[in-house]
Amino acid sequence: MSTDTANGPHNGAASPHGAAPKIHAVAVGKTFPSSHGPVEALHNFSLDIYEGEFLSLVGPSGCGKSTFLRILAGLAEESSGTISIHREANPTRPLSGMVFQEYAVFPWKTVAENVAFGLHMRGVSRSERTAIAADWIDRVGLRKFARHYPHQLSGGMRQRVGIARALANDPEILLMDEPLGALDAQTRTVLQEQLLELWQEGRKTVLYVTHSIEEAVLLGDRVVLMTAHPGTNKAEFDIPLERPRSLKTTAEPEFARLSYAIWESLRDEVQRSIEEAE
Amino acid sequence: MSRTQNEDRRTAHTVRLVRSLLLFAGLNLVVTLLGLWPALWWIMALGNFVLLVIMAEAAAPLVPGTRAHLYEQTLAVGFPILLLLGWELLVAGGILSPDWFPPPTRIARALWELSTEQNPFTDTSLFGRPWLLPERIAADGAAGAAALAAESHLFATLMRVFLGFLIGTIPGLVLGVAMGLSRTIRTMIDATLSAFYVLPKIAIFPIMMLVFPNPFGEGPKIAVVAISAFFLVTINTMVGVRDIEPVLLEAGRNYGARGLRMFRHVVLPAALPVIFGGLRLALGTALIVIIAIEFVRSQTGVGFLTFYYWEILAPEKMYAGLVVVMILGVGLTAGLTALERLVMPWRRDVKQKKAKT
Repeated sequence: MSTDTANGPHNGAASPHGAAPKIHAVAVGKTFPSSHGPVEALHNFSLDIYEGEFLSLVGPSGCGKSTFLRILAGLAEESSGTISIHREANPTRPLSGMVFQEYAVFPWKTVAENVAFGLHMRGVSRSERTAIAADWIDRVGLRKFARHYPHQLSGGMRQRVGIARALANDPEILLMDEPLGALDAQTRTVLQEQLLELWQEGRKTVLYVTHSIEEAVLLGDRVVLMTAHPGTNKAEFDIPLERPRSLKTTAEPEFARLSYAIWESLRDEVQRSIEEAE
Repeated sequence: MSRTQNEDRRTAHTVRLVRSLLLFAGLNLVVTLLGLWPALWWIMALGNFVLLVIMAEAAAPLVPGTRAHLYEQTLAVGFPILLLLGWELLVAGGILSPDWFPPPTRIARALWELSTEQNPFTDTSLFGRPWLLPERIAADGAAGAAALAAESHLFATLMRVFLGFLIGTIPGLVLGVAMGLSRTIRTMIDATLSAFYVLPKIAIFPIMMLVFPNPFGEGPKIAVVAISAFFLVTINTMVGVRDIEPVLLEAGRNYGARGLRMFRHVVLPAALPVIFGGLRLALGTALIVIIAIEFVRSQTGVGFLTFYYWEILAPEKMYAGLVVVMILGVGLTAGLTALERLVMPWRRDVKQKKAKT
């Protein structure tokens, strides 16, 4: 595994003016070897993500959306296609920060140590990283729990630690891999709203992978749909809902209309992925 | 309504408790009066155990919730005391022979003698002669203290376990981590390791006696302990490292952890619970192995002491030796648990994870 798949050699493709996409992925494919022969997880998938955009990526189970995220995060390498990333000049700023599901928070580190982890690994001094971590812990409402270990927290609190860990590291792109997928419906709703607030403050570029259409519509500026296995582009929807959004947005007729339109488009793919699984 | 139901239930439990108590007392009284204990003693032991369980179960709902913990501790401590009492009574009643099963009081006295008196034949005791320590240090310094320590059978066994454990554990940790991280190393070594793992380690003692220049010295004994610990630690460390949740490694990588930092901040802490399971097993095995070796080929150590008193037929001292081994096992395990709590503060209030072997 090489860490630099997403940057370095691809830099030349970026154009200097602001209208160019932050991430420009063309015809990306990923094939895994297996004992039954190669398995294609991602096929001819293209995606542009613009600076400051919140992009939701939705698709049926096993469509390779997590694989695409892992390629961007430098945890896997694409088998075909090209990805160019318009990098910032500041070389110390990390390219990507990933929010995994809540059990990816390190159980052996306290909340404060977890949030400061990325800064620690980048060699930021103790006093500086402690201050930055404390600020983010405050922002996600965990001040009283800074010295707690993750197993002493609820699932929703643990995921707030996961989100703070990514944001404290201040990456150029925030990658989120079904971060709220393992939480119960009510906790999930609370965290969606908190996520909207946090994003509103910083307007970071976000690629958000989710199963939930409502979540994708509520959070995203754009929703990209993928087909069932092997995943490729299915459709794309602009979400013109007004910002700042909150849970109240879900009561708007436009929200329901968009959610249903996306579901109409996705239904066949979900059906196909269920049949394939059987 | 519900209150009366509760009271009814309490009454029912009390009745059951009293009834089983009466049955217990009556049965034991009748058997004693008829002098049937010698013929029926093991059936009675079984019957009394069953009645004890019934009584404890009947009493449990009567204990208030705040005292439930105390009640369980009473059961946990009380039952072994009852066992010892039963043993004592069976010997006193002439049912068990004191030659094979010396009563606990005599074993306790033997333990006291072993700890405080010099054996006239071997000129050593369990602790040696620690009361001579000040004057020996004054006379010969550290060498005097070491010579005195060598007189202690307990010290001899402890040193062998400690050194062997240390010498075996450190390379075991290194190889285990390497095997857990590298598929190539794992594939190459796994079969060999499994083959040696199933070999009873005591069987390599003769080889070690050939290998070392002094076959009767400390070398072969410590080597066998080290080898036993090595395999258990290696395998558990490998499993611990290999079974790390992949998402934790991915998180480490994504946040920039590489090389030694990745090891120190992600791999090691993630694998520690299983590694400690392996250390626990290795320590237990080290104790088994060293006692067995001291039985067959040693002039010092708790194992030698136990076997020696079998040979001169002093059963209560033989039992005392076994008690020392038990205390040693419990003490060493407690030490390891303390170390575990020290290095894994995040697991202090989590239940112990079982070792994977």
